[in-house]
Amino acid sequence: MNGGVNGVALTVFILFFLAVTVMGFLAARWRKAENEHSLDEWGLGGRSFGTWVTWFLLGGDLYTAYTFVAVPAAIYAAGAAGFFAVPYTILVYPLIFTFLPRLWSVSHKHGYVTTSDFVRGRFGSKGLSLAVAVTGILATMPYIALQLVGIQAVLDVMGVGGGENTNWFVKDLPLLIAFGVLAAYTYSSGLRAPALIAFVKDTLIYIVIAVAIIYIPIKLGGFDDVFGAASEKYTAAKAGGLVPPEAGQWTYATLALGSALALFMYPHSITATLSSRSREVIRRNTTILPLYSLMLGLLALLGFMAIAAGVKVTNPQLAIPQLFEDMFPDWFAGVAFAAIGIGALVPAAIMSIAAANLFTRNIYKDFIKPDATPAQETKVSKLVSLLVKVGALVFVLTMDKTVAINFQLLGGIWILQTFPALVGGLFTRWFHRWALLAGWAVGMIYGTVAAYGVASPTQKHFGGSAKEIPGIGEIGYIGLTAFVLNVVFTVVLTFLLKALKAPDGVDETSPEDYTADAGDPGVEVELPPATAGTSH
Amino acid sequence: MSDAPEVRPVVTPVRVVIAICLLAPFVAMLWVGSYAKTDPTFIGIPFFYWYQMLWVLISTALTMTAYQLWQRDQRARRGGTK
Repeated sequence: MNGGVNGVALTVFILFFLAVTVMGFLAARWRKAENEHSLDEWGLGGRSFGTWVTWFLLGGDLYTAYTFVAVPAAIYAAGAAGFFAVPYTILVYPLIFTFLPRLWSVSHKHGYVTTSDFVRGRFGSKGLSLAVAVTGILATMPYIALQLVGIQAVLDVMGVGGGENTNWFVKDLPLLIAFGVLAAYTYSSGLRAPALIAFVKDTLIYIVIAVAIIYIPIKLGGFDDVFGAASEKYTAAKAGGLVPPEAGQWTYATLALGSALALFMYPHSITATLSSRSREVIRRNTTILPLYSLMLGLLALLGFMAIAAGVKVTNPQLAIPQLFEDMFPDWFAGVAFAAIGIGALVPAAIMSIAAANLFTRNIYKDFIKPDATPAQETKVSKLVSLLVKVGALVFVLTMDKTVAINFQLLGGIWILQTFPALVGGLFTRWFHRWALLAGWAVGMIYGTVAAYGVASPTQKHFGGSAKEIPGIGEIGYIGLTAFVLNVVFTVVLTFLLKALKAPDGVDETSPEDYTADAGDPGVEVELPPATAGTSH
Repeated sequence: MSDAPEVRPVVTPVRVVIAICLLAPFVAMLWVGSYAKTDPTFIGIPFFYWYQMLWVLISTALTMTAYQLWQRDQRARRGGTK
């Protein structure tokens, strides 16, 4: 950014990177099971993680490097509107408290690895399960790509990655190396690698935030000055402000609610959930995960500090890395950059595993090779996890960054449309499978068309995620509007299909499956290698 | 939420409290108009920001309460039927 390479910061960054690489490969030996060639082992870490490992894993998974860069970047650019991430993560936990333990129980009982496994088992519909799987994969791919964007931002600020005129290969080499290493240890260690690395990532992040939130305001003359400077900037730019205006409140609330509903529809959230040892681990985690939300709130405030510190960047994504570079001594800037860089590796690994599991279980096994053995499943999953990452890499290297961001935005809208089938299915079998499929299609189409039609000062299409809600007239999150349409269609069509006596499909689950816990009769503490769904 | 044995009602006072604990954050956070203001500030941070951060703590306390109550409820039910 400032021309030269920041040698000290880069050295610290590389040291941390090497350390986690070693950990990533060693992770394969951590809690190693006898039967390592099953998807439960590679893709869910043997379903053995306790409260703390799950806490680090979920935290490392949900609060990604991109979040760390994008949330304060949004504050830096637009002020209050970007803070919706905080109510969003507040609402997530009471929400998942109600349905996630049920998903854990039924998945443990029937050996489900993905949400689509559950949907297929519950509704007896491969079509619906395929829809959920494809949505999950489509929504995850750009998310992985954005993790790379996060690493790129850090590399840019450190001065590696070169300027606009450097040869593309030299420019992208650091990113290629980072991703090659990530791909290699994910391949060999599976979910155990990100679980172990998450410890390092989160410890670093907590240290960096704690230091930043105390050290930077002192340097800048206190929070009064920080917010004063920010307020002046928004007024001068005639954009944003310290509180959302009347007209922006619907947007703020619908974005928070819609995002909260969507978060645990993402395959990577579910992968981390299902890897836990017991139902209680999940419930307990809903009470300790909010610690991350607090951190996210503090982190968001860094956006204001970047304004007060006079950070001037054309790309808001660089605001926070640049703030660290300007404010911290070189060695600590290196620690901060390492935190963001490693913060990208953990979710990228989990996301690629989650997408690979979806492909293997719900496309490969359901449609291509129904008699695949657990060993074959694992092999396919490993290969697909590589492919998914290569795909994301190509995406980032060949296309403009805004494309990845647009698709991520769409991905959020899309993934929310799987909510009725998944969460609805966890509580009731009333919905008809075809109605769910039709509702999903309506939500997908409306969401995509609506998002395409949003223009912003810099983009003609996909300029934002909010649009006028038909019939209400307020500006709201497109994903939530699409979700409401989806539910309405599903309910109406269910009545219709039931009246027409359309075949309902076979439900392989029974009511008590949803409350079963490890140790209960019929649920082994250690999952047997072959349960329903994975039978030889 | 669970499939309770017939002898006990599905809706009990304890379960109502659990529901309130889980619903309260939604009401508080989605009613943006109630906190979209800058005053009073706290150590220089506008109300809008510190209020929402405070709700992180409040909702955590509420979820913990719900968790404790739910566990007690489940234990009582299991003890009563086995």
